[in-house]
Amino acid sequence: MPDEKDQESVIDDVTALAKGLKTTLGEFFSPVVTTMYPEEKSPRAERYRGRHYLRRYDNGLERCIGCELCAAACPVGCILVIAAENTEEKQVSPGERYAKTYEINMLRCIFCGYCEDACPVQAIVLGPEYEMSDVSREKFIFTKEKLLEPLPPDVEARLKSKEQK
Amino acid sequence: MSSTESMAGTEGVTISRTGQQGAFGGELLTVNFGPHHPSTHGVLRLIVDLDGEQIKRLKPVIGYLHTGIEKQMEALRWQQGVVVTDRHDYLSPPINNLAYALAVERLMGVEAPPRAQALRVIMSELTRLSSHLVWLGTSGLELGAMSMLMYCFRERETILDMNEEISGFRMHTSYIRPGGVMADATPRFLDMLASFVKEMPGHVDEYEDLLTMNPIWRARTIGIGRLSPEDAKVLGASGPMIRGSGIAWDLRKTMPYSGYESYDFEVATSDACDCYGRYLVRIKEMREAVKILDQALQRLPDGPVNVDDRKMLPPPREELETSMEAVIHHFKLFTEGYSVPAGDVYVAVESGRGENGCYIVSDGTHKPRRVKFRSASFVNLQALERMALNHMIADMIAIIGTADTVLGDVDR
Repeated sequence: MPDEKDQESVIDDVTALAKGLKTTLGEFFSPVVTTMYPEEKSPRAERYRGRHYLRRYDNGLERCIGCELCAAACPVGCILVIAAENTEEKQVSPGERYAKTYEINMLRCIFCGYCEDACPVQAIVLGPEYEMSDVSREKFIFTKEKLLEPLPPDVEARLKSKEQK
Repeated sequence: MSSTESMAGTEGVTISRTGQQGAFGGELLTVNFGPHHPSTHGVLRLIVDLDGEQIKRLKPVIGYLHTGIEKQMEALRWQQGVVVTDRHDYLSPPINNLAYALAVERLMGVEAPPRAQALRVIMSELTRLSSHLVWLGTSGLELGAMSMLMYCFRERETILDMNEEISGFRMHTSYIRPGGVMADATPRFLDMLASFVKEMPGHVDEYEDLLTMNPIWRARTIGIGRLSPEDAKVLGASGPMIRGSGIAWDLRKTMPYSGYESYDFEVATSDACDCYGRYLVRIKEMREAVKILDQALQRLPDGPVNVDDRKMLPPPREELETSMEAVIHHFKLFTEGYSVPAGDVYVAVESGRGENGCYIVSDGTHKPRRVKFRSASFVNLQALERMALNHMIADMIAIIGTADTVLGDVDR
């Protein structure tokens, strides 16, 4: 026969458990917060630092002028820029120089966004894309060709409207 | 301690016989626990001497997550170092940033503007919340409260969304930088924060409903892992570990930084000195953090978020088009960086785990001579043996959980 004190504590325990179960039951009927990735994707913030893009001007010229500031600012040294001179026959960028080679090693990159901060002409930007997995290491060296792919239109429009301000 | 015979254990646990006599007639067993064990919060390895199921000796073996972060900092310029500080205590990056930024600022003799300081407080408190949420979720999970993990991570997700909104990254924010912060808060961030501040106390009530009076939770934590106030002091414990032993030691009160002295909050303490006491301290701290967030939001001052010093921070982007001087400063800052006057300084801030200190030595060049982090996890880990002695091995899980160590922070 349990004494009075024991009985009291049993009642306390059962009340506490019931309170906890009430909470979980309440959660059962509350809206689901899970996002069913990958079928459903949550939107990324405007400042999101994802995959890099090299931008172009409206007239098709590349923005990058091969100044290598991005490579200098990079804390992990994952950017390689080799610049060359623009000539009259081959005008790649509006300045005197352009980036002949522009490579980013995505396996080293930590997506800190310092390259974007450093770029004086806003040529390199970090876009909203984050799904970058691949099967071979070579594919993670993003060359100029890959980086020059156009940004998603809404991001490009947003960057342009910011510049005009 | 010659191992004469090895027995196959469960995953991550190997057992060897020592041949020593235990008190109950059996012999002492040396058990290797971890490093790859789900309850060790990363890669903590423990060598435990067991008498039956009682712990007679416990020795943490660390270094499995050593990343050489302090050495790496020596090769990076002052402003580049910020991205590395994110990565030692990976559950509270903005607080690590803050310790480093304050140290650099103190050597340079600059102070961040008021709005930056308020934003730093907001980010610190959000981080403290998210760090405590991870602690509560995982500790609950380890002691059998499955749903805690889901509820806590749901709220943590909101905080990570806010991190993303303000800094562009969910975990390694690099938001707080020497001289100020990365960028001003967006209006959407402030809206998210306002609704978070409104909702969070209700969620904390929910956690308390589930755990505080729960008989299983109480049985697993009350009287387990006792750490007397004297021991806590001698072992250098800080954060919830020392406050859970009844000593009101909180760097936000005792050595205020970033304007913490102007916020109204209480230091959570508990005289219980056990795992349950530390649980209560952390729950109270979550409530206090929401209080601080609310105050910071109410009186967020207007103004710049970075010091106005062209020799330290790059000029605004608009100026690059019009001013040659701005272009020169821009190029110089991103290639050579700024130099910090020679000297050394130690700055400590209160992270979710305790005293997170940063000691830097400068020789007057554009890179640090030496950077040392005083991590709360490493020091709090030293109290593990004192807490676990003579407890059952199953209680060790609760005790590891209560120390709230982040192994990246322990090994650095």
